[in-house]
Formats: sequence, structure tokens, C-alpha cells
Amino acid sequence: MKTCLIVDDSRVIRKVARQILEAIGYACEEADNGQTALEACKAKLPDLVLLDWNMPVMNGLDFLQAIRQMPGGDTPNVIFCTTENDLAHIQEALGAGANEYIMKPFDADIIRGKLEQLGII
Amino acid sequence: MKSEDFELFATLVKQRSGLVLTPDKAYLLESRLFPVARKHNIKSLEDMAQIVRARREEVLMVDITEAMTTNESFFFRDQKPFALFQRTILPYLIDKRANRKHIRIWSAAASSGQEAYSLAMICSEAATKLQGWKVDIIGTDLSKEMIARAKTGTYSQFEVQRGLPVTHLVKYFQQISGDKWQIKDNIRQMVQFREGNLLSDFGIEGPIDVVFCRNVLIYFDLPTKTRVLGLIADIMQKDGFLLLGGAETVLGVSDRFKIVSGEHGLYVDVNNNYP
Repeated sequence: MKTCLIVDDSRVIRKVARQILEAIGYACEEADNGQTALEACKAKLPDLVLLDWNMPVMNGLDFLQAIRQMPGGDTPNVIFCTTENDLAHIQEALGAGANEYIMKPFDADIIRGKLEQLGII
Repeated sequence: MKSEDFELFATLVKQRSGLVLTPDKAYLLESRLFPVARKHNIKSLEDMAQIVRARREEVLMVDITEAMTTNESFFFRDQKPFALFQRTILPYLIDKRANRKHIRIWSAAASSGQEAYSLAMICSEAATKLQGWKVDIIGTDLSKEMIARAKTGTYSQFEVQRGLPVTHLVKYFQQISGDKWQIKDNIRQMVQFREGNLLSDFGIEGPIDVVFCRNVLIYFDLPTKTRVLGLIADIMQKDGFLLLGGAETVLGVSDRFKIVSGEHGLYVDVNNNYP
């Protein structure tokens, strides 16, 4: 089963995203900030990371830059999922190695569509 | 809603758009007609039915029809037809039309324009091969309101995330406010939108090389499907392509087209030897 790490400091968002991704067929783990997520990735890289931008301890962009430096860190698909909805943030995320970008609020169709575009559904 | 009122609205919508409304769609009819009643300062759907019976006001009847025929649309909806267009159909036409350097593509029932603009983005990706070519992408829809919206090329944040890769958002859109995005002029200028009714004048003249008529026939009864497919066959090039929705087929409906084996949803003229 494919795995997804959901990284968001909102428990509600993690719960909603988990429900959507589990229905699609992903086994999900959760982290509430970039640092915890990075430690989880050092133990085992997931197939997919759904990543918030603004979080305490370590933000999503710093996490993304760190994971892309790790051995094998270029393999997980990383989808930003954030309230940052301007072009500059999107371009910065893509430049740092994000594979896709979701502007909150989201629904199951948006997540499913992004996974289809990445060919991982 | 009273059954005679449902019958009245369903008959009106069927006559004007071909859309068949069965009684199990009564809830949909009600939810979509309440805003129409409000717009016309009519207190109830019962009163609206009375007005339709008594006066047959054209503006009201157009609004009722449009309310029932407006459907959601996504960019690159279902993906596969667009992949087929990009990888197979467009290269084929670039080869076949090399002398004429002119391709005409029709997005039938274009709604708010996402399908037509998706095709324009694909053609834009092939700009090098299409240099010096004339590519007409024409979107038609029954609804004046949808055509006006499609022409603006403006979509909500929610809409630009449904089916559209973020790389395309960055490349082909400009953010005009926090949650509004607009297709860039170079893509918008590639597409024309016109009013057209699949039951009467299509709003487009032939010949057409590629017809996207997806998720429309599904709402029609069999004789209407047969008639519309016949009219499409009349204006489609003999070596052109028809794409229907995943739940639609020509089998048992029209003898003017045949299925392209191995390519779900793709149809060609019955006398075409493609591939």
C-alpha cells in the first residue's frame, strides 16, 4: 500500500486529509510540523507528502528543502496544501521541488485530481 | 412540487435543450429553479408555473432552461481525452493537414469554457509544430450566461485547482485578485465562444476536424442522440475525430460513427480507415 505523510499543524485538516487519502488507498501517517515530519522521513520515506506551509518549529518550505537534500529525498511526491494562495508562493514552492500545489480550502476532487496528474492514483 | 408543474418545466426544458428530466430529478429542478423565481420576483415555483402557462415569457423560459442545463466543468476533465488529443489526434492532424495548415476544433456544450481552454493550452504546448498554422478552437453553449463567463476566462481559486496542473496555472493564468485567476490573453485569443443549441443551429459551421461533445448526449433521449450525432457527422471532416464522454457511446445510437479500437471515447466516421 502506498504511504502518505500528512504534515499540518491543524488536527482538523490532518483528519480531513486522512479521510480523503485513505479512501483513495493511501496508508497515512501524520506530523504537526516540519521537524517531526523530517524525523519521520529519516526513519522511512513515504510515497507522498501533503505539506502545509506555515507551521511552528519548522515550516513547510524548510522541510521541503531539507527532504530534497536527503538520500532518496527526491523520490516522494510533495504536494503543498496551504492558505498561501499567491503566485509568488507557488513559484517558490515549485522552485524548491514541490510536485504540486493546493490552495486551501480543498476537497476530495482537488486532491484526487492532483494525484491523477502526478500519475500516483 | 406538483406533478403537473414538474411536467410543465420538464417539457419546456426538453423542447428547448433536449435535456430529459425524469421525476427523480424533481429535487434538482426545485433547487435550480428557486433562484430563477427569486430573480423574477416570483413567490413560488407554483406561481412560476402559472406564469409560464399564462404568458410564456421568453426571458423567463430562457432562464429556466439555462438553470437546468448549466453543468460543472473542470479543466482537463477526465484527463484521458486530452492526453489522446495531445499525443495522438493533434500529431495526426499536423501530418494530415500539412498543406492547408488549418485545424478546426469544436467544444460542444462548452459551459464556462474549461474544455476549450484546456485544448488551447495543449495547442500552445505544440506551438513550435503549429507555427504558421491557423488553429480555430470554438466553444458553443446554449447558455448566454455561460458564454459570457467563458469569454472572460476568469475562474475562482477552486475552479483552477480542479484538473489543472499547477505548472499550467503558473504558465497560462494571471492572478487578478486573491481568489480570482484569468487565462492569459494569448490563450484567450485562441478560443472563440458562441451561443449554439445542439437541437437546432449548432452555432458553428463545418468542416470540423475534432469534436469534443462530452457528457452531453447522456442527458438526451435516444432519438435526440441519433439526430445530434447525425448532424455532427454532417459537419465533421471524413477523417476527423469525435470524442464522447466515458458513459456515452454511438453503439445502437448512430451508424455514422465507429469506435476506435483501444481508445475509449474516441470515434471516427464509419467509412474512415483510421488508424
